[in-house]
Amino acid sequence: MIHCVLHDPRDSVAVVVVEGVAAGMTLTGLILDEDRTITLDCRQDIPIGHKVALKDMAVGDTVFKYGVDIGKVVKPIARGEHAHVHNIKTKRW
Amino acid sequence: MHTTFQGYRRENGRVGVRNHVIVLPVDDLSNAAAEAVANNIKGAMAIPHPYGRLQFGADLDLHFRTLIGTGANPNVAAVVVIGIEDQWTQKVVDGIAATGKPVAGFGIELHGDHDTIMRASKAAREFVQWASERQRETCPITDLWVSTKCGESDTTSGCGANPTVGNAFDKLYDAGCTLVFGETSEITGGEKLLESRCRTPEVWKQFMFMFDRYQDMINRHKTSDLSDSQPTKGNIAGGLTTIEEKALGNIQKIGKRCVIDGVLDKAEAPAGPGLWFMDSSSAAAEMVTLCAASGYVVHFFPTGQGNVIGNPILPVIKICANPRTVRTMSEHVDVDTSGLLQRQITMDQAGDKLLDMMFRTANGRLTAAEALGHREFVLTRLYESA
Repeated sequence: MIHCVLHDPRDSVAVVVVEGVAAGMTLTGLILDEDRTITLDCRQDIPIGHKVALKDMAVGDTVFKYGVDIGKVVKPIARGEHAHVHNIKTKRW
Repeated sequence: MHTTFQGYRRENGRVGVRNHVIVLPVDDLSNAAAEAVANNIKGAMAIPHPYGRLQFGADLDLHFRTLIGTGANPNVAAVVVIGIEDQWTQKVVDGIAATGKPVAGFGIELHGDHDTIMRASKAAREFVQWASERQRETCPITDLWVSTKCGESDTTSGCGANPTVGNAFDKLYDAGCTLVFGETSEITGGEKLLESRCRTPEVWKQFMFMFDRYQDMINRHKTSDLSDSQPTKGNIAGGLTTIEEKALGNIQKIGKRCVIDGVLDKAEAPAGPGLWFMDSSSAAAEMVTLCAASGYVVHFFPTGQGNVIGNPILPVIKICANPRTVRTMSEHVDVDTSGLLQRQITMDQAGDKLLDMMFRTANGRLTAAEALGHREFVLTRLYESA
């Protein structure tokens, strides 16, 4: 089963695409642009559609998805944690 | 891919995929009469809306362009126009009549609702009976104008439903169709990626003029986070975090190959085939209403969390790749591409699945939104009335 997908191998986050992803699970991630998979250990419960961090990130770091800048880190994030509005914000507006 | 579909060829040569007779109010005051006519005459459809009084300048121009474009759309066979005053009513009638289709206008002043409803009902009856004898004929795919706009997006939109539209758009572009996308504010963060997709530097300049104009408007009125409006609460619940992330998902709808051939103002008709960018709100019903007014006849609407929108004259095909939404809101989904996220189907197969549904819809199949009675008709306003 594919638990999460990412677009570009440089991405720092992946999208959870199944329900029931929970802390302690080993996730299989599909890299869409390359049609190959990776694995990672999940550290928090993450709802379907929400993102899991693929690496440790510090405040001020740029978050990459689609291989492109989608915003900045506003609270530290560890690999395997839930990455969303509580720790990432737009650089616009 | 098929190369033909069964459509209604109109007097001006354009081809529609529906055969509506509409009763179009010029203003809010005429909704009651329009709805009474549609109630009297089976097969006539009223399109009520809340505007049309004391608008001026560019906002009034857009109002007329949208109403005339709606009536002129080839999915419409004939139109009854009702307004409180004769002059603005006649302006809408004349604009629609330029297509050569049957249209009749009625002003309420000096007549009252009863007399207006009676006279307009007679015209509507004649139009409905006339329209019922129009026949579909085989038309080349180049006659098909297809628009797209996504809504209640989530992260599955960007990796499933939107690239499905992109795959189909690439194929339709190669086939010579007339296509459009828009949602100006939802390009934010991805605008630089569009530069290489524009046909000429001039097209890129025109795009950036409209993009900057929209950003200026947002900056004049914004709160720190646009009051959680962009991304929406639904987007955030679905996992989208920033406008940049949402924009990059939005851009997936124009595929990998098709080129932006030109830029349109709101409700403006394209001058030829190709892919057009239309300056527009990202609110679903506003954008789809503008697409219909520009002359598009089929709409691709990818969704993640489950937008339920429809349009009175434009069949809206819903595409969804979120397995939870497909399970919980199946009555709204026309094309399920959730298999993409488990590698059960390829992007090419997903695009073909959408194109198959597009041909079935063009040939007459009712979309989920049509069957459910969704007729959201929402006029875009630029500023306050006088």
